[in-house]
Amino acid sequence: MRYDTDTHAIAVAHGHATFMGLDSRKMAFWAFIGSECLLFGSLISTYLVYKGRSLVGPYPHEILNIPFTSFSTFDLLMSSLAMVLALAAVQRGDMRRGKLWLFVTALLGLVFLGGQYWEFSHFVREGLGLTTNLFGSTFYVLTGTHGAHVTVGVIWLLTLWVQALRGKLGPANAMTVEITGLYWHFVDVVWIVIFTVVYLIQ
Amino acid sequence: MSGQEERGNVESGQAHATTGTYLRVAAILVIITFIEVGVFYVPAFQPALVPVLLFLSAVKFTLVVLFYMHLKFDNRFFSFLFGGPLLLAMAVVISLLFLFYGALRLRTGT
Repeated sequence: MRYDTDTHAIAVAHGHATFMGLDSRKMAFWAFIGSECLLFGSLISTYLVYKGRSLVGPYPHEILNIPFTSFSTFDLLMSSLAMVLALAAVQRGDMRRGKLWLFVTALLGLVFLGGQYWEFSHFVREGLGLTTNLFGSTFYVLTGTHGAHVTVGVIWLLTLWVQALRGKLGPANAMTVEITGLYWHFVDVVWIVIFTVVYLIQ
Repeated sequence: MSGQEERGNVESGQAHATTGTYLRVAAILVIITFIEVGVFYVPAFQPALVPVLLFLSAVKFTLVVLFYMHLKFDNRFFSFLFGGPLLLAMAVVISLLFLFYGALRLRTGT
């Protein structure tokens, strides 16, 4: 089912329509997400190319904790659910639920970041640093870049939440929440790939 | 999602799925994650582990992009803006793997 006419009407109403009738902010953000695909594609390529080439340990199978990372994956998937519920609530003008789900999304993002901090600290204690071996270098750069993206997302979500608390966020700003959601879901899909490529395929 | 619910969304300016659809997608994503972890621990799956895990990961990726990022309902141009670079990124990954392992085979003669 297509919603082109509807999208066009919303974009025109807010003065952000392109000649295609699409919202320019959303179009620009999709182009940004496309460029991010290339960034993470390069980092994943680097990880795969150097996979199994470490001359000294610790090696992935000795150090990666699958049950713990599975919980982090579950946490991020639930944060994506909270994000779409926040967007749906803001779009229908239910700001009480909108604020709640925005906060829950940010909170789940913080839980993920806490898990990553614990994981990195544990690995360093086990002797895996950034320059220990090829696994350490490629692992920290890939997952660290993803973590940096999650951090930006959490700050963005908390900013929106504060705006909502001050009454500055409503159905008229639904596109802002939608773009935040696009970023957050992209961070989620990148993790879906990392979880499989780095953690499960050892 | 029923046609009536979808029409309701269009009229209210929400080009997206319903809450029920979001919850169903979340349930499927969690189930697939459980299957992924289960497959990882079952020795019988080891010979087919990589293709099975890549397939399950691709299903999760597609579900999030289609329903949570709304590409299923949005203008096709957004799919092009995302799909084009995504295909290019996949081509980069595959090309680099072929280049690296091809060069390695030539060097080692295996």
